[in-house]
Amino acid sequence: MTITFPHMGRIYIPVKALFDDLGVPVVVPPPVSKRTLEIGTRISPEMACLPMKINLGNYIESMERGADTIVLTGSCGPCRFGYYGIVEQEILRDQGYEMDVVILDAPGRDPRPLLKQIQRISGSSPWTKIIRAFLNASKIVERVDELADILLRKRPRELKRGESDELQSRFEREVLKCRGSKEMLDFIAVFKEKADSIPERRDASPLRIGLVGEIYTLIEPYVNLNIENKLGSLGVEVHRGITAADWVKTHLSFDLKFKRERKLKLKKCGNYLDLCIGGHAWETIASTVHYADTGLDGVIQILPFGCMPEIVAESILPAISRERGFPVMTLTVDELTGEAGYMTRLEAFVDLLSQKKGKEYEQA
Amino acid sequence: MSKLDLYIGLDVGSVSINLILLDEKYHVLEKIYLRTQGKPVAILSQGLEMLRNSIPAGCSIAGAGATGSGRELAAAMVGADVVKNEITAHGMAVLQYIPDAQTILEIGGQDSKIILLRNGVVSDFAMNTVCAAGTGSFLDRQAARLGIPIQEFGAIALKSCSPVRIAGRCAVFAESDMIHKQQMGCSTEDIIKGLCQALVRNYLSNVGKGKEILPKIVFQGGVAANEGIRRSFEDALKQPVVVPEHYDVMGALGAAILAHKEMKKGRTTRFRGFLSMQEDFTARSFSCNGCANLCEIVELSSCGNIQARWGDRCGKWSTAARAAQPAETLI
Repeated sequence: MTITFPHMGRIYIPVKALFDDLGVPVVVPPPVSKRTLEIGTRISPEMACLPMKINLGNYIESMERGADTIVLTGSCGPCRFGYYGIVEQEILRDQGYEMDVVILDAPGRDPRPLLKQIQRISGSSPWTKIIRAFLNASKIVERVDELADILLRKRPRELKRGESDELQSRFEREVLKCRGSKEMLDFIAVFKEKADSIPERRDASPLRIGLVGEIYTLIEPYVNLNIENKLGSLGVEVHRGITAADWVKTHLSFDLKFKRERKLKLKKCGNYLDLCIGGHAWETIASTVHYADTGLDGVIQILPFGCMPEIVAESILPAISRERGFPVMTLTVDELTGEAGYMTRLEAFVDLLSQKKGKEYEQA
Repeated sequence: MSKLDLYIGLDVGSVSINLILLDEKYHVLEKIYLRTQGKPVAILSQGLEMLRNSIPAGCSIAGAGATGSGRELAAAMVGADVVKNEITAHGMAVLQYIPDAQTILEIGGQDSKIILLRNGVVSDFAMNTVCAAGTGSFLDRQAARLGIPIQEFGAIALKSCSPVRIAGRCAVFAESDMIHKQQMGCSTEDIIKGLCQALVRNYLSNVGKGKEILPKIVFQGGVAANEGIRRSFEDALKQPVVVPEHYDVMGALGAAILAHKEMKKGRTTRFRGFLSMQEDFTARSFSCNGCANLCEIVELSSCGNIQARWGDRCGKWSTAARAAQPAETLI
């Protein structure tokens, strides 16, 4: 059994550590590229959303490197992602690929099916070892996100342009050489220190933009055309409405403080939306309200073409924008997204915010 | 004779290349509108040559700005001081000439956008996404198909008494619908007027969707030359729609104004004069094999020296080109 899994931002780092710790051979899919998307697009239904096309591309590229078992999370959710595990399995079978698919579904009343699946992908490890491996992996998720946050803060402030980007790509190139969670955690700690010591300009007072929207498009840089770095190089401090660590804390952990804060944040947007309508639409609205209230300069919403929950959120955002005088822009991405038009929109939005800020400063 | 500082604005778009020569008081001394014809480098050189001939004696270029989808190319060729996206440039131009404007409807060759202005700054904007139905290229094609010069298209639309309804959601369907209406025997002017209305309907329900369109409304871009479209906008919005004097070069105008504002901060211009046209600019493209992305890299060089590169996702080619660039060449 050689395991692989779909890409989603930097989630490959903890997942690799997890299987290393369990002693199960794992293939990390090659970074998402045009080829990944081409493979995925060829075998997916045209109307399927972008994440699924990329998932399928990942599986096949991993299979070429020797993987035979796919692990992914299902959520039986009210958004299409909940069914992707099953659909992807069928598509692979139709295409004649012999791969095992293990779907980790959030447990309903009976946790036994989930536990059985976990045991299946854990080799013959004892439960204590499995639990420890999962705990370490979730620690890595958090550390990786912390590193990303430092770089997001540094990018608009760095003295030497491009230094943060360079550190990030070096990290991504080298991190996969680590084996197991211990090595991985040490490696991340070294890079966190390096990131912390990137020299800053004293006079920097960057614009602050919040990113909200569908989780996959937010987290996977190939899909959002590396929006975090693009905005950073335009001199913007990026705040992320949702991260991989948030997802883990919401769904897989017992971090009660985090859960309480999350509930509070969701409650505060009650006059715009007061229930879960699938995907992360509720979070999108809640984060936008939160960012408007905490003095950020604007929000960008990103969604894959055809994402139902985010389309609903998109139609609520103008009301927030109007009532709070808070600029919001929506970007839809799919396999046809042109980089030039995308960049034009980002630049124009940043100009808009800085003009607005300049005007407010003048009047004050 | 007093020496005057002049500013150049370049708007390198998919369909047209516009050049503007502006004085410090924002009077337009010269404007040039050329078709890109898929040869931006050659046409831009040609435009610069024309522009040079119209510089009054004793004047010099104090700054240059570039905008449009080919702004990187233009900036690399002439040494622009400001490189700005089209939205900011268009907004800037309108704010300068029509300060009380609150809405800009802009329809160009391949894209259309709406820009909202409030309190003297851009407050919101939208661009067409995947569909080019209702942009200049589409009108061009339909005019050619009907055998009418595009310049007369709008005037003919005004002659219509009972416009027919054309399905304007998609350029391909609109065309087949027009053919169908022709075969039914509808008059050309009624079809053209119907097309104008369809285009406006499409614009307002896509680009203008959910936007608060307040007066004063300014209509610009190449398509603003079309009186039929302007009238259809007025009918649909039930408000007057103004077309500014330099409607077709507002992007270039905005770029020149931005250049002026930038240079007022006390910088010296990077504009490489008109020397750049004598250099033999060549653009080539190749695909990078560094990773599976196989990015298409465009490389601009003159006399064997690499001036700029773009198109790489990771930045390794564009950074290398910037590093290889000699220190700023001044006139």
